[in-house]
Amino acid sequence: MRYLPLSDADRAAMLDVIGASSVEALFADVPAAALLDGPVPGLPAHASEMAVQRHMAALAGQNMAAGSVPFFLGAGAYKHHVPASVDHLIQRGEFLTAYTPYQPEIAQGTLQVLFEFQTQVARLYGMDVANASMYDGSTACWEAIVMARRVTKRGKGLLSSGLHPHYVSVAGTMAKFTGDVLVHGAPALTAETDAEALIAAIDRDTSCVVVQYPDILGRITDLTPIAEAAHAAGALLIAVVTEPLALGAIRSPGEMGADIVVGEGQSIGVGLQFGGPYLGLFACKEKLVRQMPGRLCGQTVDAEGKRGFVLTLSTREQHIRREKATSNICTNSGLCALAFSIHMTLLGERGLRDLAALNHAKAVKAAERLAQVPGVSLLNDGFFNEFTLVLPKDAREAARALADRHILGGVSLGRLYPGETGLANGLVVAVTETVTDEDVEALANGLTEVLA
Amino acid sequence: MSMLKEGRPTAPVAVEQGDAIPATFTGNRGLMLEEALIFELGDDRTTGVDLEPAPAAPSRLGGLDRSAPIGLAGLSEPETVRHYTRLSRQNYGIDLGVFPLGSCTMKHNPRLNESVARLPGFADVHPLQPVSTVQGALGVMEQLSDWLLKLTNMAAVALSPKAGAHGELCGLLAIRAALEAQGDARSVILVPESAHGTNPATAAFCGYRVEDIPATEDGRVNVAALTARLGPDVAAVMITNPNTCGLFERDMKVIADAVHGVGAFVYCDGANFNAIVGRVRPGDLGVDAMHINLHKTFSTPHGGGGPGSGPVVLSAALAPYAPLPFVERGEDGSLHLIEEETAGEHHAGSFGRMTAFHGQMGMYTRALTYMLSHGNDGLRQVSGDAVLNANYVLRSLEGVLDAPFGAAGPCMHEALFSDKGLAEGFSTIDVAKGLIDEGFHPMTMYFPLVVHGAMLVEPTETESKAGLDQFIGALRSVATRAKNGDPSLKGAPHFAPRRRLDETQAARKPVLSWTPPAPAEAAE
Repeated sequence: MRYLPLSDADRAAMLDVIGASSVEALFADVPAAALLDGPVPGLPAHASEMAVQRHMAALAGQNMAAGSVPFFLGAGAYKHHVPASVDHLIQRGEFLTAYTPYQPEIAQGTLQVLFEFQTQVARLYGMDVANASMYDGSTACWEAIVMARRVTKRGKGLLSSGLHPHYVSVAGTMAKFTGDVLVHGAPALTAETDAEALIAAIDRDTSCVVVQYPDILGRITDLTPIAEAAHAAGALLIAVVTEPLALGAIRSPGEMGADIVVGEGQSIGVGLQFGGPYLGLFACKEKLVRQMPGRLCGQTVDAEGKRGFVLTLSTREQHIRREKATSNICTNSGLCALAFSIHMTLLGERGLRDLAALNHAKAVKAAERLAQVPGVSLLNDGFFNEFTLVLPKDAREAARALADRHILGGVSLGRLYPGETGLANGLVVAVTETVTDEDVEALANGLTEVLA
Repeated sequence: MSMLKEGRPTAPVAVEQGDAIPATFTGNRGLMLEEALIFELGDDRTTGVDLEPAPAAPSRLGGLDRSAPIGLAGLSEPETVRHYTRLSRQNYGIDLGVFPLGSCTMKHNPRLNESVARLPGFADVHPLQPVSTVQGALGVMEQLSDWLLKLTNMAAVALSPKAGAHGELCGLLAIRAALEAQGDARSVILVPESAHGTNPATAAFCGYRVEDIPATEDGRVNVAALTARLGPDVAAVMITNPNTCGLFERDMKVIADAVHGVGAFVYCDGANFNAIVGRVRPGDLGVDAMHINLHKTFSTPHGGGGPGSGPVVLSAALAPYAPLPFVERGEDGSLHLIEEETAGEHHAGSFGRMTAFHGQMGMYTRALTYMLSHGNDGLRQVSGDAVLNANYVLRSLEGVLDAPFGAAGPCMHEALFSDKGLAEGFSTIDVAKGLIDEGFHPMTMYFPLVVHGAMLVEPTETESKAGLDQFIGALRSVATRAKNGDPSLKGAPHFAPRRRLDETQAARKPVLSWTPPAPAEAAE
């Protein structure tokens, strides 16, 4: 077997040193009834690299790759061009095959990257500190709600109806077991967000208000009045950003008073990958840092006074605090954080601002064109690179019919909110720098056909 | 002009003893390169990407256009490649040598896995595409599930958990949902003291009280203490098998029967599955739920701290409560994704969703590629070689290091030593830092907690005999220095990119992001 270096002669020599008669003898502590005497039944034997490659390529061939068709899906996962150097650099074996940097003297590469990553995320979000990553946006969102409970000692979270429904589901699943009360509903197909209703619902039991920015329908709302109302009641504002590129064009949540900002980082550097692995981003105000979940990298000096980096404030974490930890998270999304950070370095301030402007301009033009399709209207007043079209029929059927024409035209609200008949005609359309004028024409023509 | 036929051969020049070697201008030492932060190297005007100009279009940002600068620094592409390449060289990885970090299973990461995961049909697919356009992706999930179920002899598998600790959460939520369905959630989870820190943290995270179960003298769960504590308030027992002392819990089936006898469930931490894969199926030991770290046993890369993937296999009793989504093959032969919409008809007991979308697809493709490469015969050889290598380390070093459970018999996939016998003032950390100077990544330090100054060595099946012999020689040398009280060991590492770092200062005055240095006082 090509991954196993021991020869039979090696094994025999090692058994001699051990004083065992066979490898099987080393499993003497396993009860005989539970020890198989041959390979696990029902599975194939080993295969060559070529044969495995062929098998997997055949499976890959059964999927419609986003880059092969006009593509407009978003709703929490976005297709962006990732520069080739990003994927090259994350495959450096010293990054790819390293472990969590518990031995900092020989992990300064990973640690310095994490320090730079934390700085980039904090600045993008307009916050003081960011951690070294979470699993993804949805789990980061739940961890933020739990953190707000620890900070405020209250257990009621108000979730905006514009929060991604999967994020709502994750929070709802966890809340069932922790006793938190979560208030949420499905969004209405209006140009206005639910900001006013949220503000009205804040009371003295509220631990946090959770608002997605831009929201699931692509709408953008000013967070300032929500932050002020939350703070007046002693609650925290948690902003959730599923498209971090948007913050190259619109004001950061930190500028508008958010206490915790979390989100998905997939958009920058990571790629679609059918939903994972992705990258949870988590940032907060300085005064809340000791209640934060997850790993933190901090600056220090070594015995010779040279600058270096270490994991720090680990007394919050499970391997030290066990059942009193702020979270059970251990492994996070290190390599995705590296990809994000490299892409951010390539973009820089100017590249990120320009890329955001390019996305927005393309989306504005596409929205204007698509709203001309007979029967189709544009829901949004404001949006970044994603907006909602209201179709004259069930958008789920339309999306399937478009896929049959080799157009991936958007995410239907029926897919996201299966029980909500009032939303069934909504189609969320994302337009990034990867979309061409020809793609927009193809979607406009395809929509015209399937709606006819 | 005549050719210089012999070139300019260099030859060592004798250096007078006492000649000081000056510090270099750059701080670099040959191939050991210092590297500044991107915020010190770059600026707000430089970029490493070329973009097409944005088409003319009005702004529709709802009046929230950004005016404040973000504060990012950019580098050109060559500078970027150099920055990260230079940083990478300050890291140790499996690709460089033995990485015997106990409980972490640092095995070789095959590059076939990487190339397969990057096929556009896997890497460039959106999670919400119509299912007719992702039949191959769902096929990967179906095949991976089949492998995991057969390797464990369990009834169902939840693929979506994002890492081991997330898998623990999944297992405990399934247990809690099953108990609540009987009208009795119970309040206590029993956890042996040798457990990973994630176990008690997870139990607390989903609302349970944690009680410790002591270990026996021979490093295993104290069955008498465990059974004595069992009662109607106990929801589950979390057991790691093989355990964190590197030993197989011989009484697993007895424990499981006792736990089931009081209506509770057995959660098995599967972090150490690599020791038994292909030889022992947890379903045959009475396990109800177990997470499998695809980034350990099934070779997906650790990436400097993730991403991981922690699918959870479930017994028939827990299967109805598995989280959404999952894959099912329909009567028409096509694959369906069971999400919120269809869960009501097919899977009403599901405890809900743990993550957006469908889990770590990029890890599924890598793990399945690894499974297909090894096959059932190769996986059996994996656990055999992993256990053989660990026992070889144990028996080769027990003369110089204290092996608290060495006399009791063979270990599984990891060899455990203590700091007993080291000179006064010397501890495990000194041995670990000495190993860095020898060119190895240290073993796990001070874990498990049940052994004083624990050193947990997990060589995995990746190591050759020659590689292990060199590692054993190095560890013997360092351990001998620690026993003899060699003061130079207290200063180790001497030859790494950094000497020992001040973690106390880092925690006392946390500096968690870069800030520009304060401008120097203007000269009078």
